[in-house]
Amino acid sequence: MTELSQSNTASRSLAAERARKVKAGLRRRHMTEKIFRGLGIAAIVAALGFVALLFTDVLSKGIPAFTQANLHLEVAYDPAIIKLTPAPVREVGQSDAGFEQANLKWRSSLVLLNWNKVLEVAMRKSAPADYDIDTRQLLTIPETNARHILRERYVEDPGLLGKTISIDLVASANVDNWVKGNIDRDLPDAQQQLGADARALTDFFAENGTLTKDFATGIFTNVDSRAAPASAGLAGAFMGSVYMMLVVIILAVPIGVASAIYLEEFAKKSRLTDIIEVNINNLAAVPSIVFGLLGAAVFINFFHLPISAPLVGGMVLTLMTLPTIIIATRAALQSVSPALRQAALGLGASRTQMVFHHVLPVTFPSILTATIIGVAQALGETAPLLLIGMNAFVASVPASPLDQATALPVQIFLWNGNENRNFFEARTSAAIMVLLGLMILLNAIAIFLRTRLERRA
Amino acid sequence: MDVMAGKVKMTQTTVESAMNPTDAPDRSIRIQAQDVKVHYGAKEALHGVSIEIPDRAVTSFIGPSGCGKSTFLRCINRMNDTIEGARVEGLIKLDGEDIYDPSLDVVELRARIGMVFQKPNPFPKSIYENVAYGPKIHGIATSRTDLDEIVVSSLRRAGLFEEVKDRLNEPGTGLSGGQQQRLCIARAMAVGPEVILMDEPCSALDPIATAIIEELIDELRANYTIVIVTHSMQQAARVSQKTAFFHLGNLIEEGVTEDIFTNPINKQTQDYIMGRIG
Ligand SMILES: Nc1ncnc2c1ncn2[C@@H]1O[C@H](COP(=O)(O)OP(=O)(O)OP(=O)(O)O)[C@@H](O)[C@H]1O
Ligand SMILES: [Mg+2]
Repeated sequence: MTELSQSNTASRSLAAERARKVKAGLRRRHMTEKIFRGLGIAAIVAALGFVALLFTDVLSKGIPAFTQANLHLEVAYDPAIIKLTPAPVREVGQSDAGFEQANLKWRSSLVLLNWNKVLEVAMRKSAPADYDIDTRQLLTIPETNARHILRERYVEDPGLLGKTISIDLVASANVDNWVKGNIDRDLPDAQQQLGADARALTDFFAENGTLTKDFATGIFTNVDSRAAPASAGLAGAFMGSVYMMLVVIILAVPIGVASAIYLEEFAKKSRLTDIIEVNINNLAAVPSIVFGLLGAAVFINFFHLPISAPLVGGMVLTLMTLPTIIIATRAALQSVSPALRQAALGLGASRTQMVFHHVLPVTFPSILTATIIGVAQALGETAPLLLIGMNAFVASVPASPLDQATALPVQIFLWNGNENRNFFEARTSAAIMVLLGLMILLNAIAIFLRTRLERRA
Repeated sequence: MDVMAGKVKMTQTTVESAMNPTDAPDRSIRIQAQDVKVHYGAKEALHGVSIEIPDRAVTSFIGPSGCGKSTFLRCINRMNDTIEGARVEGLIKLDGEDIYDPSLDVVELRARIGMVFQKPNPFPKSIYENVAYGPKIHGIATSRTDLDEIVVSSLRRAGLFEEVKDRLNEPGTGLSGGQQQRLCIARAMAVGPEVILMDEPCSALDPIATAIIEELIDELRANYTIVIVTHSMQQAARVSQKTAFFHLGNLIEEGVTEDIFTNPINKQTQDYIMGRIG
């Protein structure tokens, strides 16, 4: 009896001792937890801070680029200036080539006409009566491609001769800078990009409504331009990027996912698969510019694929993205519990059925996310594209992946290096915004598909 | 009787006569294992097991945790092939055919030898899909009505239908542990295997559900070969006609269930049954 109660008290005091120890340790444990949480929050705040900084910088610089100074002019197609034979009409019995020839001749005679005069007249009409400005200075107000636009209008509709129509023209980059206040108005005349008369006239135009700041659709619809920087747009680069993305999706995704599935699920583990695995991991760490060199050597020099083509760019980016996709897919496959595999195999499913009926459905969301992030990374890649000639100046929207093109990140690189800093700083940021928008769109698609698929699973 | 190597072997006739003395010629040996050794990496988990498993009877494997019951069970439908680093030696025959023969199709083998795993492992799909999957891949049911029928009857046999009949489209992973276990039994039944391997099928079940499964096993016995791993002596005694006792990777003793429980020959078997080891 006494022995029992003794051992009882002993065990009770032991329990009290244990409880005391737990309590003493508890404070330390809570402390560690607090410190860790604090560090985590600090890290997230810092990261978010940098992102916010980046976004405010890009947005504050880029948003002004989405509005642009435009001139609204009443243009008279005055027969006194446009002295021209009428457009050729197809004669009976005339051959195709003959008609083509006549047409070409007519068009080249159009080029020789003094369209600048038409422009000048239109501008002087909006200026105060007898405003004293020399022609050269006057013509620095509209963008240099204004006369082409007037001519194109006429080619489209020769019936304009003798009529007056209102036409919107983009103002030159310098005018845009001036009205947006990108340039210090107090600078001495020698340092101003516009002449004094042109500056005064610009202000006058802004006041009387001839010049307004409108949404710059040109950024989206125009291609890059050197002669007329104010009308430079992203359409070419955007399409180039879209083509490359398609090439990457078509090539890298199936090849990458298929090789990952094969390596992970079907290949017998051997020295060879080990070597392949090590190499894939190494490839993922190879600097992207090296892939550019490889692409130039193999695709362009050896296979003679066209230079500057989105197809080649897409293939280079495919090489670069493949290891990422393979590694991510394998990691996803490895994370599937063996119990699931055994459940399928135990029922008599073949290996292929196990993979396609059970393993892939549960890993699909993570494979998809990894792939989309891989594609998004490829979309933002610049260095390898420089080596296969995609930094060439291309003044047309590529009609196919084999046409010359550039890409959004390359366009950013090119614009950032443009000598007209005042104007192109905003354009560059605007291009960054378009690129980031595309990335956010891709990531949003990834998240959307992921949550949807996970809900369904 | 062969008492060498610490094993007590029992000839088939004694098992059969014990089970059904009047119907002896109908019974035959379904599975024969000879000197089966299993290695996990460098470690030998089974040290040479030889046993014969009778047709149309329930054989139970008993023994302390970690003695190799599951390991041996997995040899019978070649599930050890799927475990990395596992290596199986020895000979296992199903109806006289070597199941480790390279020309044998393991997919077909597993369709014939169904398995219920120790840990419930339903597919992350609906309850219906879980049960329907086997019949679908083996082309057992072609029409939707056939499939519905198989699903319902399989769930019924596993004693689960009443509980889940209103939520057949909900995920099987959302069921309770015991329900999942019965779902896995239903899933294995749906394929209609000839041999059924059950690794502790009642470990998470309450007495009522256990009784349903035991009834099912009893009913299946008439047409199938059943092997069950269990930690419950009572269960082994209730459902099985033959019992094999494993210890530390060895088959220590096997024989007619009644004999093993009432009159074990080996000292270790005795100790285990009396609750002194394990
Ligand atoms: N996948 C594996 N890898 C390595 N060793 C394993 C593996 N599976 C089982 N073993 C080992 O093999 C031995 C037998 O394991 P097994 O699972 O067959 O035991 P068991 O008799 O089923 O035990 P329990 O009653 O606890 O389920 C154990 O020592 C175990 O550690
Ligand atoms: Mg086990």
